[in-house]
Parts: sequence; structure tokens; C-alpha cells
Amino acid sequence: MSLTVEETKVRNKELIDEVLKAYPEKSAKRRAKHLSVHEEGKSDCDVKSNIKSLPGVMTIRGCAYAGSKGVVWGPIKDMIHISHGPVGCGQYSWASRRNYYIGTTGIDSFGTMQFTSDFQEKDIVFGGDKKLEKIMDEIQVLFPLNKGITVQSECPIGLIGDDIEAVSKKKSKEYGGKTIVPVRCEGFRGVSQSLGHHIANDAVRDWVFEKADPDKNKFEATPYDVAIIGDYNIGGDAWSSRILLEEMGLRVIAQWSGDGTIAELENTPKAKLNVLHCYRSMNYISRYMEEKYNIPWVEYNFFGPSKIEASLREIASHFDDKIKEGAERVIAKYKALTDAVIAKYRPRLEGKTVMLFVGGLRPRHVIGAYEDLGMNVVGTGYEFGHNDDYQRTTHYVKDGTLIYDDVTGYEFEKFVEKIQPDLVGSGIKEKYVFQKMGVPFRQMHSWDYSGPYHGYDGFAIFARDMDMAINSPVWALTKAPWKK
Amino acid sequence: MSQNAEKVIDHEMLFREPEYVEMFKNKKENFEFAFPVSKMEEIRDWTKTKEYQDLNFAREGLTVNPAKACQPLGAVFAAVGFAKTLPFVHGSQGCVAYYRSHFSRHFKEPTSCVSSSMTEDAAVFGGLNNMVDGLANAFNMYKPDMIAVSTTCMAEVIGDDLGSFIRTSKQKGSVAEEYDVPYAHTPAFVGSHITGYDNALKGVLTHFWDGKERTPNESINFIGGFDGNVVGNMPEIRRILNLFGAEYTVVCDPSDVWNTPTDGEFRMYDGGTTKDEVKQALNAKATLSFQGFSTEKTAKYIAEKGQEVVSLYHPMGVAGTDQLLMEISRLTGKPIPEALERERGCLMDAIADSSAHIHGKKFALYGDPDLMLGMTAFLLELGAEPVHVLSTNGGEDWAEKVQALFDASPFGAGCHVYPKKDLWHMRSLLFTEPVDLLIGNTYGKYLERDCGVPLVRMGFPIFDRHHHHRFPIWGYEGSLRVMVAILDEIFEALDANTIDTAKTDYSYDIIR
Repeated sequence: MSLTVEETKVRNKELIDEVLKAYPEKSAKRRAKHLSVHEEGKSDCDVKSNIKSLPGVMTIRGCAYAGSKGVVWGPIKDMIHISHGPVGCGQYSWASRRNYYIGTTGIDSFGTMQFTSDFQEKDIVFGGDKKLEKIMDEIQVLFPLNKGITVQSECPIGLIGDDIEAVSKKKSKEYGGKTIVPVRCEGFRGVSQSLGHHIANDAVRDWVFEKADPDKNKFEATPYDVAIIGDYNIGGDAWSSRILLEEMGLRVIAQWSGDGTIAELENTPKAKLNVLHCYRSMNYISRYMEEKYNIPWVEYNFFGPSKIEASLREIASHFDDKIKEGAERVIAKYKALTDAVIAKYRPRLEGKTVMLFVGGLRPRHVIGAYEDLGMNVVGTGYEFGHNDDYQRTTHYVKDGTLIYDDVTGYEFEKFVEKIQPDLVGSGIKEKYVFQKMGVPFRQMHSWDYSGPYHGYDGFAIFARDMDMAINSPVWALTKAPWKK
Repeated sequence: MSQNAEKVIDHEMLFREPEYVEMFKNKKENFEFAFPVSKMEEIRDWTKTKEYQDLNFAREGLTVNPAKACQPLGAVFAAVGFAKTLPFVHGSQGCVAYYRSHFSRHFKEPTSCVSSSMTEDAAVFGGLNNMVDGLANAFNMYKPDMIAVSTTCMAEVIGDDLGSFIRTSKQKGSVAEEYDVPYAHTPAFVGSHITGYDNALKGVLTHFWDGKERTPNESINFIGGFDGNVVGNMPEIRRILNLFGAEYTVVCDPSDVWNTPTDGEFRMYDGGTTKDEVKQALNAKATLSFQGFSTEKTAKYIAEKGQEVVSLYHPMGVAGTDQLLMEISRLTGKPIPEALERERGCLMDAIADSSAHIHGKKFALYGDPDLMLGMTAFLLELGAEPVHVLSTNGGEDWAEKVQALFDASPFGAGCHVYPKKDLWHMRSLLFTEPVDLLIGNTYGKYLERDCGVPLVRMGFPIFDRHHHHRFPIWGYEGSLRVMVAILDEIFEALDANTIDTAKTDYSYDIIR
């Protein structure tokens, strides 16, 4: 039984009222501002966002450290990222985002390693600066091919007043100008991982761009040089994106930050255009490069053929006819593949409904890919979105879509229970909750253990995975026949 | 173009296609400004030397790839083991997201836990308001019977006092005065996840036992410790105790909540030790702890309350299980059941059948201190040599216990124990003194690759293999499973080493 748009709106509004009843009054009032039903024509989704989570509820959010070390800096493969503070943060974020890279781990690449200052009580009492100095010296001895060091601050660093900036400056000088970046991404800063992205971007500005030696990495610029900004190469996403840009005649001089290197960060100001995938995590540095170096930036979306096609044309519009023709050539080249993928999977997925709750750009960007497969996204929300994300979301969602910002575990369960979507897309913490309920699920932060999902090659995997999730025989068997 | 709708290829094969290989080459040559391959090879070879090992072991500040997590993770594990109990972590919220992810990745199960979401304002003014609101919200949303509070490093550094915060929250009406809110301070910069387990468990016992008098009965308590195999081990230990006909209470049992069915219902709470059971546990005649290093403070507290406490260090293998059964028999006054004696014989039978393949083989192992003791003892029984036994969260007292195991066996002669060391130390050891097999958690796969030594996955966490946690490693049955896991790796390695047709395959045997 499918509802009309008006019926859907009524149902969704009732659903919001219902979940709010479980909260104490003060908390219900606060949560009410984060839940909404999208009205077509509105300029945003009518939810408050980027506000502190309620204490004591099961928020899905992380922290500033997760945003800086886990997302932005961690994937820079030839630098050593010190999780500075107690052992836990580094341990839990160890290789868990599947940022693929090519390099010899432990020798000239360090992406899947966990470097920590492993703070003990005495470090809290006496401060950790001396230990940090010693750690940097030891890194220089044991990992001589590191191209730089970052210091990712955990909670205690800011609280005990350590001066990691002074240590970084001193050591950089001592090592002949090596890039050493202190990052003040203590977990208590801000309301989610989002501030960590911003802090990480500012650290690139202040400690990489401001200090980069222009003669260090010499390469001939071309009119077709672009940088990929905001792709973390989860399951190889940046690679299946990069190949399309290169095929259309562009030259990708830097990848931020999946499979990235410090040299690529330093190269970026030479780009003619920055192409930005994850707006939320890297709009800051893109805006900075626009102001400082006059590099324009353009947002793009490489999920699903419709959006890829539009994005390739949008990117090409910043260049000459050669690149515009290149874009058309790429679109034409992959047409057969996408047609075949859609022909195969659309009949199995037509009309299926999806509820999403993810971070970054995905609560909106993946909607097009689902629609290419004939599916409808009936609810979506951001873990750590800001108002500008919700403005951009209006271009993607349909009238009446349920919107939930910083959804709590309780709300999400109730919404899914009532709406009964055919698929939920969210993270590892949510995965098993919904699977227990008998609802198919895909991790839309990490593509479960699959990927890439970006680009045309990725779309084939995306379609295959959604079919695999929704049409797995297991879901017809979860209820014992004698219970039906 | 290599992707194909008929047979969709994943990252595993996609990026080996020529167009991608070419792309990687261009990226590296033109934009990465990497060191030349020769330089990389030179350094790689150097990291395998004794000279590098000496530099590596001279480290004083840096920790690389540690085999331990932080206290609050263990506190959450302990809280999860009580019936209808919601773990509540007082501190910044990112930590809780990490604990929940970490457990979900290991158990492939949901893990419910809330945070008081402290931010900058709490850093300045303290987290009292977060506690007051947080307890009220958690209680109303999730209807737990009990909320077990622990802390993160943030709350500890600013000095928040849980006892007074909880009292104030009750006065302000967050939860009723009589509502149970046990708590423990669990600073992440002291000890490791096993310390947190110990502190949180002691916190629960203290909450229910303090000020109460004991009326001793015939029952015994069982405490399992922080155990990555808990879902398999708990039913196994219950089975053993039931075979004895023992009266017992498992104190802290997360084995049901991390093993719920997929049947259309999400159970936020399932199983676990009830409040009544915890209260009654005070009256037990004795407590049996399976992991001494995981329960040091708890054991001391229980002993102070007047119970006999028996700490066994992760009993595995024949003698370890023998000791367990004899202790149960002594404590309960009941004879060792014949069924278990038969299981013992069957394990002995299996060892006699297979030990030739393990005898004299060299092993390296790392993990939590109790597991290392159990594993070392079992390997020595199998005639293996546990050449490198390493723990990041085991100290000198632990090292002495491992050394004592070495000293008691002829197979321990050339073996060494490494307290407070990490997996980068282990890497050096594996290059300078190679072994046949490595035993440890998922992170050992990097050592397996670097050093070419097969990994038997054991311990916590195991992310990259499925369902290990569902099977026991304790008792005779558990030991059999551990031995089979080791044998499988040995045979796999043997097959891989003899697989070349017309070259080495004379030893590619069908009968072994």
C-alpha cells in the first residue's frame, strides 16, 4: 500500500510527535527542532543542526579527533600521525575507515599503523611536551623515510595546557624544516567530528601552505591541472573517480586525502580547479585556496550515472572544448556499462524504499544513485551536517521526506519500525540493530567491506551490493514459519 | 574498461586492471615525490636487522601498534554483563562512538551505550549538568533497570567526582533516590581495558555489597574477566558447572546480549546477571576468577568481604583445565563428573594424535596478560616452544609468571617474555629470531605479511574473521578447538609450501 505525498506528510508528522513523547519535556523541546518533514519549495529542510547532542541519548556522532585524525589527516600516507594522549583513540580508529593506499607500510607509508604517545598518569601530571619531543626523535630514527609528522591531540592535551605548537616548531627546525603539524582536535571541542574537519583544514593552511618551500616539488603546470578534494578513498573511491577525470583529459595533481601525500598537499595551490566531493569536510580549505590563490572550486557528485554525468559536464564547463569533448567521450564510453548495470539490477530494486543516516555528503549525494536504480529515499539525515548541507539537500529529496538531524538511536529505531523501509543505510553501530529487526542494511560510511562506490566502476558495485542486501534470501527466513 | 555488469568486480580485482595500474604509476612518478624504490628497499632490509631491533627496543616515548585499548572500553564490557543495564560513560561523546563500533566490529552485534556528551563548556565548568540531564534522558529513553557509570580521560583530567555528581543528580530528580547507579572512575591514561573491566566490576559489587553483612552459603561465584570469546566461553563454563551440579552465580555475563537472534526483534537488553544475583553473590562461599590480571581489585575487594577467592589465569590446556576442575570440586565438595573425565581423555587422545605436528615448533604470541599465561601453558604442554611471549598491558609481575612457566618446562628453555612491549617490537623479534607461527588478534595480520609467519587469530579484537567469539577456548573442549586452529594453520602453511607442481609437490600429501 503506497501513501500519497499528503498522507506521507501526515504520517511522518505523527511519527515525530510520537517519538518525542519518550523524552523528558526539556529534551523533547530540544529534539523537536531536529526533526522535520520536507516541504517542497523550502530553502532548507527546516531542521536545526550542528548543535550539541543531548547527554544520555545514543547519538551516532563522534568527536573532533575522529574528524581530524580519522577522516582528514589519517589517510595522508607518507606522514606519521601521532595519536597524542592515551592509547584508546588511536586504537579504535586504527585502519577502521578503509582508506586504501599504495605504499610499503612501515617503511615509506604509514596509513594502517597506530602511533601513540600512550599517555600515563605522570604525563597528565607533568605534561606531555617532553615525551612528544622524544617521540619525534624516535620516529626520525626508526622511520627515516617519513615525509612529515602530525600531532593529533586527544582530550587531555588541551586540558593540561601542553604546547604542542612550540614542540612542533622546535623539532621542525631541528630536522631541517620537516613538516610537523600540531592539530588541536581534542575530542571535547565542538559538537561532533565536524569541527575536527575544520580544525584539520586550518592546520593544512597554517602548517603546510604557509610553510611550504615552493622549490621543493618541481613539476610543470598544465592548463588542465585539477585537485580532488574531499575523497577519502574508502574501498578505492578516489581511484575510480580519478580515472574518469584523467580520461576526460584533466591531470589530477593531488588527491585529498585518500592515498594522499604531503607533496600533493603542497602541489595543490598550482591547480586550475579544485573539484570537491565531500563539501562538509573540505569546503573550508577550498574557500581558502579560492581567496588566497584564486583557485575556483566546484562541487561534484560521483554516485550513480545521472549525477556522474551532470558532474562531469559541470567540471568540464570550467575548461575548454577539448575537456568538454573529453567529458562527452567518457560519458559515452561508460554508457554501455551503466545501461547493463541498470538493466540487470533495476527490475530487482524498482520501487524499493531506503532510509539513510550518514555523515558528510552522503545523506544527499547517494540519493541519485538509488533513483537511477528505481529506488526511493524516504528518510534521510546528517550525523554532523550544518545548515548549508540541509540547503543543498533540498535539491535531492522529494516532498514529504522525513528529515532527522543527529538522530538518536531511539528515534531511528522507531522511525524504521513504523516506516518499514526495504533498506537502511547507516553505520556499524546501527547495522546490527536493524538486521536483528529483519531489515536489510548497508554501511554507507564504509560500504561494509566492499567498494568503491564512486564513479562508473563503483556504481556497478553499488548496484550489486544493494541487490545483495535487499534480495538476500535471509530476510524471508528470519521469522520461523510457525510464527507467521 | 574492466568493470562488467555480468560479473561485477570488487576493489580486490578492479584495481589490478591495467588502466588502474598505469594510473597509480603516473601518480607516483609525477606527484608523490616518493623516495626511490631502492632507498625504500634499503631501509626495509635495515629494519630486519639486529641493529634496528636494538634501536627499536631502546624506545622510551613512542608506542607503535600497541596490543591494548583504554580503560573505559573494559568498563563498558563489564556493564553490558548485567541484566537490563545501560552503560553510561561520563565524558566526551566520541569515545562512546568508538567503544560501540569496536565491540560491534568484533561481535557483529549491536552494543548499546550512552555518553554524557561533554564539550568545551563542561571542560571549563565541569560536567555536572551533563550528568544531571544525561541520567534523566537515558533513564526515560531506554528504561534500564540500572545505569552503570564510568568515565573517559576528559572527565578524569578535569576531576569530576562521580559519587557526588550522581547524588546531586538524584536530588535534582534525574532518577529516583533508590535507583541503582553503580559507578567507577576509569581514566584512560591508567592501565588498559582490563583495568577498566576490573574497576567497573568492582564498582557494581561495591554498590550492592558495601555496608551489607555476609550470610555464607554453599554457592560459588564465577567471574570471567574481559574475554573476547565470551559468547562461546560462558555457556561452556556454565555447562561444566552444571555437570558438577554446582550452585553458582556468574557475576557479569555479556554472552547473551552479544549473541541475540535475528528474528525480527531488536533486543537492547538480553540475559546478564540480575541485581538479585549480584546481591546474593555476597553470600557465596567463594569466588572463582578466570582472569587474575583482569580482576585484581575486584578479587581483593571480594576477599576483604570474607570470601575465598581463587584466581586462575585463563585456564587453557590440560593442566589448566585440570586445575579448574579440582578447584570447583574442592570449593563445592562435589566429585569431578565422569563426563568431564571422559572429555579430558578425548583431549589427550587428540593431542596424542596430533602433537607430532606441533612438537618443537616455535611460536610467537601477544595479547592480554591472562590469555598469554593460558596460551603459553598450553603450548608448552603440546611440546611447542613459545619463543616470544609479548604483552602491552602486562607488567613485571606478569612477566615473572610467564617466566615461571618457561622454567618449569624443557620447552621453555630458549623462550623470552616481553612485558610492556608493542607489535613493532614484535616485528623486530620475528625478523631476528623467526618462528613458525604467530598467535594474536587481527592486527597481527600486518606481522603475518611483513614477516611471512602464519597467524592464528586469538584474543581481542578479531575483526577480519567471523564468529570466532561464538566458540569456547576454555576447558577441555575449548582447548581442543584452540589446538585444531593451530593445526589448521600448520597444515595450511605446509600445503602452501609444497604446492608447486613438479617442483615441491612430492610433499603435497593427502594423508597427514
